[in-house]
Amino acid sequence: MRIVRQQTRLQTLINLLAPFLGLILILAIFSSMPDIQSRFLRLANLKSVATQSVIVALGALGMTLVIIGGGIDLSAASNIALSSVVTAYAINAGLPPLLAVGLGILTGGAVGFVNGALITRLRLVPFIITMGMMGIARGVAKWIADNQKIDAPLTWVNELMAKSPRPSWLMLAPGVWLMIVFAVAMAVVLRYTVFGRHVFAIGSNEAAARLCGVRTNRAKIIVYAIAGLFCGLSGVMEFSRLTVGDPTVAVGLELDIIAAVVIGGGSLSGGEGSILGSMIGVFIMAFLRNGCTMMGWPNYIQEIIIGVIIVAAVSLDRIRHRRPT
Amino acid sequence: MTSVPADAPALEMRGITKRFGATSALEGVDLVLRKGDVHALLGENGAGKSTLVKILSGALRPDRGEMRLAGRPYHPADPLHGRRSGVSMIYQELNLAPHLTVEENIMLGTEVHSGGFLKRRDVRKKIKDTLTFLHHPEIGLDVPVRQLSVGSRQIVEISRAIMDKARILVMDEPTSSLAREDTERLFEVIRKLKAEGVSIIYISHFLEEVREVADAYTVLRDGQNVGAGRMAEATLDAIIQLMVGQKIADLFPRVKGRAFGSPLIRDINTRLSTAEADPRGEPGAPAAVDHERGEVALSLNGLKGVRMAEAVSLDLHRGEILGLAGLVGAGRTETLRAVFGLDPRQSGWVEIGGVKALKLKPWQMIQRGFGLLSEDRQGEGLALARSLTDNITLSRFGPYRRWGFLSLKKRSRAALQWMGELKIKAQGSGQAVAGLSGGNQQKVALARLLHQDADVLLLDEPTRGIDVLSKAQIYDWMSRLAARGKGILFVSSYFPELLGVCDRIAVFFRGQVVDVRPAAGWSDESLMAAATTGKG
Ligand SMILES: Nc1ncnc2c1ncn2[C@@H]1O[C@H](COP(=O)(O)OP(=O)(O)OP(=O)(O)O)[C@@H](O)[C@H]1O
Ligand SMILES: [Mg+2]
Repeated sequence: MRIVRQQTRLQTLINLLAPFLGLILILAIFSSMPDIQSRFLRLANLKSVATQSVIVALGALGMTLVIIGGGIDLSAASNIALSSVVTAYAINAGLPPLLAVGLGILTGGAVGFVNGALITRLRLVPFIITMGMMGIARGVAKWIADNQKIDAPLTWVNELMAKSPRPSWLMLAPGVWLMIVFAVAMAVVLRYTVFGRHVFAIGSNEAAARLCGVRTNRAKIIVYAIAGLFCGLSGVMEFSRLTVGDPTVAVGLELDIIAAVVIGGGSLSGGEGSILGSMIGVFIMAFLRNGCTMMGWPNYIQEIIIGVIIVAAVSLDRIRHRRPT
Repeated sequence: MTSVPADAPALEMRGITKRFGATSALEGVDLVLRKGDVHALLGENGAGKSTLVKILSGALRPDRGEMRLAGRPYHPADPLHGRRSGVSMIYQELNLAPHLTVEENIMLGTEVHSGGFLKRRDVRKKIKDTLTFLHHPEIGLDVPVRQLSVGSRQIVEISRAIMDKARILVMDEPTSSLAREDTERLFEVIRKLKAEGVSIIYISHFLEEVREVADAYTVLRDGQNVGAGRMAEATLDAIIQLMVGQKIADLFPRVKGRAFGSPLIRDINTRLSTAEADPRGEPGAPAAVDHERGEVALSLNGLKGVRMAEAVSLDLHRGEILGLAGLVGAGRTETLRAVFGLDPRQSGWVEIGGVKALKLKPWQMIQRGFGLLSEDRQGEGLALARSLTDNITLSRFGPYRRWGFLSLKKRSRAALQWMGELKIKAQGSGQAVAGLSGGNQQKVALARLLHQDADVLLLDEPTRGIDVLSKAQIYDWMSRLAARGKGILFVSSYFPELLGVCDRIAVFFRGQVVDVRPAAGWSDESLMAAATTGKG
């Protein structure tokens, strides 16, 4: 009989080990740099890295879902900008902050929903649809903001990303807590729900999923809508951080988000990926940026290193999965 | 409300019509399935069988026509609707999500849950029971399906279908990649389901098998009904005649002499040989079988690829057809892959024409005159989105290349010629392979190998899904290639064709070659015994 290689839970863990080791390696390298070693692993710095990661991390939660389902969302960053502008606009217009936040998140969700609806109705590849949406959302954001930054009065919304949160027992910014809660929630959804399993099935073989009775179109619309909602929340965090609604913010951030998912083991051809992996990917990039900045290295060094890491991570992934077929 | 008669058939399909662009796949087809019947749906490659059952399952929508399930109108909007109405289906092409595990694939679309959260414990037990029932407890529930062989994947699909507890179960060539043992077990399952009142539509090109298991039949030709009735009242002869629409004796007047192992094909061939001499045949046309064993063309010396369980040593001579028999998963496919350089080698080596060859890549093997036909035509055998021309000529562009440019016209002319030779049913040489019926796709894969004109052919289940007369023709091709001095490694799970076509047969058991003998030294029973117990 053929030897059937058992892929056990243990092996899934081993698969996560590579990005995890990468993270440890980066931490080890920077904390041994004589110039910054005293500061790098300090609590204050860790907190600030965590806060800086929130925006990419929230985007990556949705993007993980999209990529596992065999799609891609290029409109993520524009959507973040649009949602932050809408939030600022609503607060500025005198709406209660809670309502404004809700509006911002829903804007993101609506953009995602439209993405999903177009992809399934027009049967076009996600790359094209979301590339179009990337332009549309950015344009609408600039339109709403009249091509300027929207100043908004300070409210509790701006505390969401505060490095030293108001009730000090919180330890971390509320945004960081939200990120953790949602990451756990999404991991549970992917692993323990029927919906999560259908997303994997669609990414792996959409035709088979359909023939087995999975409502593929509905599932895909939900996937993009959820991704949009996370962009909306991420946009709220962006506004919270900047205290203004800036339509030109986060340009190119979608590539950071996608990179985080890919470094964490997500496969652009679908069917593979995990929330934990993506989160490790987010932190790998955040610590790199942070470390390089502390070292006083110029920006282009960061860019080169991140580029190398993406390629290295993905090729490691291929070696791990190497099979003859 | 119309009242539903108690004796309404389990399924009634009336006037089903379906067109794909210019191709008319079905023209007003009827099918009536009685409750508890096993109903064989028969016809040549491209007759419209798969299209008809896809309409039944909801995977395709008919252009016209009526369907009734137990007397009630039935118009499935999608496969989910079909499955919920009690129609479950094993599709002809493997229908699994490669990244998902066996368990996840089996439960796909019918996950047991509460409030959206999966409940897995009871389900796992049931799946284990089903796999054990099919005598495949070795298939692990947590193995991603992409790591399984084609045969094991077929078992997974069967498990999925029988776990559905459907009222109507459709099987589109379920045994095309199963070994005979597994086929027998499938029949056991079918009989059991039948006793429980499940009605079954069974599509197969193994007519002996059909005869064994079916109660009734419907024959399609070119998308139309040409006959239906009870199996007990029909002869296979009559059915074949219906399928092809002409007398058997008129079909292959030149195939002579060889008594193929399959009783049916032997039957066809004896009739052919006693038929009048072919008026069109050139005098002295080579008899299909006369081939002589030449020097060693390929020799495996303790070869072990990364996916092989054991090292294998074998010799293949020029002008010889060497059959590789064994159960699904016995290591035959893996051996071919290692020889062809698709899998990295761990130990041992290959000698080609007496010269030791280490570390050859597939393109180098092709340069050295090797050709491989994969068992997985959709996964790796064909470029589905590309045309027939592209697929047939892909492995040998040489004749059409000049100054680095391809002569497209010459290329499509060559493709058309092979389409004619193998009777490939398609709109033209420019059609994408994805739109062909399963059997015709297989013929395209085979046509590529013949076009490549390889000296050593590695054939992995070459007749998978091919109709009975085309099969006879392919056997004839193989004999003729051997007569021209080519060596053929022929992997098949269908013993009769091995016994009929091969000069020698090697039996694999758990990755090892347990016995090699001339074909005359084997019988159906001894092959079976060797394949299942490992003792010659
Ligand atoms: N998606 C499609 N696009 C275009 N033509 C198609 C498509 N599916 C089927 N056809 C055509 O419909 C006809 C019937 O095909 P079908 O698959 O039903 O044959 P079949 O009887 O199942 O044959 P086989 O025994 O080879 O599986 C063929 O001529 C085929 O080319
Ligand atoms: Mg078919």
